[in-house]
Amino acid sequence: MTHVGYLIAGWGTVVTVSVAYGVSVIVRGRKLAEKVPEDRLRWMTTRDATEIGVS
Amino acid sequence: MTGSRTTRILGSTLLLGAVLLFFLAFVATEPDTRIDAASGDTIGQFDAVRLMYVHVPSAIVAYTAFFVTAVGSVMVLLRRSVWWDIVAGASAEIGTVAAALTLITGSIWAKPIWNTFWRWDDVRLMTTLVLFMLSLGYLAVRRLEGTAEGRAVRSAVVGLLLIVNVIVVNRSVEWWASETLHQQSTIADVEIEDLTLFTFMYSIFFGVALYVWMLIHRFRVGWLERQFERFGLDDALAARRAEAADHPTVDAAIDSSGGNS
Repeated sequence: MTHVGYLIAGWGTVVTVSVAYGVSVIVRGRKLAEKVPEDRLRWMTTRDATEIGVS
Repeated sequence: MTGSRTTRILGSTLLLGAVLLFFLAFVATEPDTRIDAASGDTIGQFDAVRLMYVHVPSAIVAYTAFFVTAVGSVMVLLRRSVWWDIVAGASAEIGTVAAALTLITGSIWAKPIWNTFWRWDDVRLMTTLVLFMLSLGYLAVRRLEGTAEGRAVRSAVVGLLLIVNVIVVNRSVEWWASETLHQQSTIADVEIEDLTLFTFMYSIFFGVALYVWMLIHRFRVGWLERQFERFGLDDALAARRAEAADHPTVDAAIDSSGGNS
């Protein structure tokens, strides 16, 4: 196989960044979910105004 | 918690799909080799062509993400929709990551093929860099101080600029063909075939599916951020009142001391 270093650099970057970003999003979600009441965790089950500025 | 049954099924499928992508990209497909008609030498990109399976999906995901951001921006401007504002922001964040990966993998691929990591006078490279910088600007605008509505409208205007730039990036290899080393559209010309073409198309499908999975999670984070921003203090006060109601003597002691401790 040729260009092994380039392949490792390219694929390695994509895999590492994608996994790191995905994990960071999930961790952020878990931390926030602890601070938000159960009935407002999901938009589909939240009785909330859909217009910006209306609370 | 941003996971659900749907995202867990999709996530598990993506893990299996990633294994298949590795197999197709590194085992099943052949390197790019051709015989030069004039000299008889073996030419081509050889194994460097396998970078195509991460570079092109990254670019497609960035385009898709910024398109969704633009749609969300239009909906914010037309309907003042919170839902679309969160979708636009979530998609732009993923698009920014994908644009960064496009630039990085493109540079890595360019070195063995063009013998340089970067060219400042290359129109495709520069328009992609501008797109990445603009997406960073969009994310910065979303973090500006102000009312939720003002912030949403301001970022929606910048969000619309993203899709204009996506069109420029995508068409740049056609409009200014002499100003770039980048090849023209591979998909439109169908210059690749058989298992390589299948793997190429599958890598794009995988990238878009991964984007959908990330978008769902990132949207839910955006939703939680908004709920915490709007109701965080009210929720904390309600929790404190409930706690005080459960422990009236402690509450009375706090009241009698004027709240000082």
